[in-house]
Amino acid sequence: MGSGHRDCPGTESEDAGKASACEGCPNQNICASSKAKGPDPDIAVIKERLSSVKHKILVLSGKGGVGKTTFTSMLARGLAQSEDLQIGVLDVDICGPSIPRVMGLDGEQVHQSGSGWSPVFVEDNLGVMSAGFLLGSPDDAIIWRGPKKNGLIKQFLRDVDWEDVDFLIIDTPPGTSDEHLSLVQYLQNANIDGAVVITTPQNESQIFPPTTGGVEQMADEMKVPFLGKLPLDPRIGKCCDEGTSFFEEFSDSPAAKAYQHIITGN
Amino acid sequence: MLNVEGKDIHQSSQGWIPVYPDASQSLAVMSIAFLLNRRDDPIVWRGPKKNAMIKQFLSDVVWGELDYLIIDTPPGTSDEHITVVESLQEYNPDGAILVTTPQAVAVGDVRRELTFCRKTKLPVLGVIENMSGFVCPHCSECSNVFSKGGGEALAREFEIPFLGCVPLDPQLARCLEQGQSYVDAFPSSPSSQVLHKIAESLHQRTTINGLPS
Repeated sequence: MGSGHRDCPGTESEDAGKASACEGCPNQNICASSKAKGPDPDIAVIKERLSSVKHKILVLSGKGGVGKTTFTSMLARGLAQSEDLQIGVLDVDICGPSIPRVMGLDGEQVHQSGSGWSPVFVEDNLGVMSAGFLLGSPDDAIIWRGPKKNGLIKQFLRDVDWEDVDFLIIDTPPGTSDEHLSLVQYLQNANIDGAVVITTPQNESQIFPPTTGGVEQMADEMKVPFLGKLPLDPRIGKCCDEGTSFFEEFSDSPAAKAYQHIITGN
Repeated sequence: MLNVEGKDIHQSSQGWIPVYPDASQSLAVMSIAFLLNRRDDPIVWRGPKKNAMIKQFLSDVVWGELDYLIIDTPPGTSDEHITVVESLQEYNPDGAILVTTPQAVAVGDVRRELTFCRKTKLPVLGVIENMSGFVCPHCSECSNVFSKGGGEALAREFEIPFLGCVPLDPQLARCLEQGQSYVDAFPSSPSSQVLHKIAESLHQRTTINGLPS
C-alpha cells in the first residue's frame, strides 16, 4: 500500500510536517509551522458544556441495519420512564439521521437560544438533537465528507444546551471512521461511560441464523459483558416508523421485557 | 460472503490481482478485508485515507475483461460515495441500485440516497426492497417482519424502476455466512427467483443502452 497518508505522523507529533511521508502533502506547511499542534481548545469547552451530563453512552455497530437507532430510541424511552431521570439523545449519523422519525419528531427544527442550540423534546425529560432537524425536507441529503461532519459533531457537543441530564445516549453511524474518532477525541476529557455494541444475529434466530457460535461466544472471546438478546418483533419496527413508544403500546410483550431487562437489570 | 475470507491479494507488475472465488475465474473480488492480517483487525480511518484506498482500488486493480463491475458501498452519502462517483464520472457508470428494507426508517435513508444520485447526476437503475416478508419454514405462512411495500411506494413516487421484493430467507443468510452461492444452492426458492429476475432485467436494460454486450 503506497499511500502517503499511511505514515502520517499526526499533527501533534514532533515530526509533524517534517517526516518523509509529509512530502507532497497539502497540509505539510500547516503541520510544519506547528499551527496545528497542541490540543484542540474546544475539547475544554466541550468538557465544560457536558459537565452537567452525568453519563455518556455511545451506541456502535460494525454494519448498518442491525438496530443501533432502534436500540438507542428504546434505551432512551426506557430510561425516560423514570420521571426523575433526564435523558438526552444525540444522533451523530450526519448523513443518515433516522432518530427524528423514530422519536416521532419528523419535521422539527432546532431552536437557537442565548445559551446555545435547544434540543427538541419528545417528553419533558427526553431531549433529542440530530442533523435531521437542520434539514428542510425529508429528501434533503447531507453530502459531506469527513471534515464537515466532524465540524457539525463538534458543534453538537459544544453548542447544544442539554442542561442537567442523567444520561446522554449517542447514536452513531456504522463503522469506525470520522464520526467515531471525532467523538472519542472531542470527549476525551468529558468521561464517556462506555459503548454499547449492537449486532445480529441471535443464537436461536430462525430468520438470521448464526454460524459462528453467535454473539455470546464473541463477547466471551473478547472479554466484554454480554448484555442480552433482543427478539425481532414486527411491532417494534412499526412503532419506530410511526415514532411511537413501544413500551407504552406493548408493555407486556417479550421484547419490551427483554429491553427492560437490559436497561434496568430487572 | 463469497467464501474468499483469509485470501490475500497478489501484486503483479500491472497492479493488484483480484481474488477469484472459483476456478472458472468468472467472478473477481477486491476488498479491504484482503489487506488485513486478522479478521478482527479494525480499520480506523478518517475520510482522506479511505478515499486514497478507494482510488487505489479503482486505479490499481487488474480486473482484466469484465462485463460488470459491481461496487458495494457503506450506508450514507459521504466520503466513500463522493469519491466513487467522482472517480467514475469519466467512465460513464451505468447507474446505481438502491437497496432498502420495507420500513419507513430505511426508506427515509434511501430518499436521501436518491437525492445524492440526482445531485451527482448518477442514473438510478432502480430500487430493490430487501427483507420483504418472511416465509416461515415450519408453516409456510408469510409474515411481514419489517412490514412491506415501502420500496415499491418510493419507486412509484420518484418514478424510478422498481426491481423487486426479495423475501427474507434464513437459507440466504446461512449461505452468505458459509460463503456459498444461494442462487445455486436453492435455485427454486422464491428469493432466488426474484434475484434471477432482477439480474435478468438489469442485464437487459444495461445491454439495450448499448453498454456491455
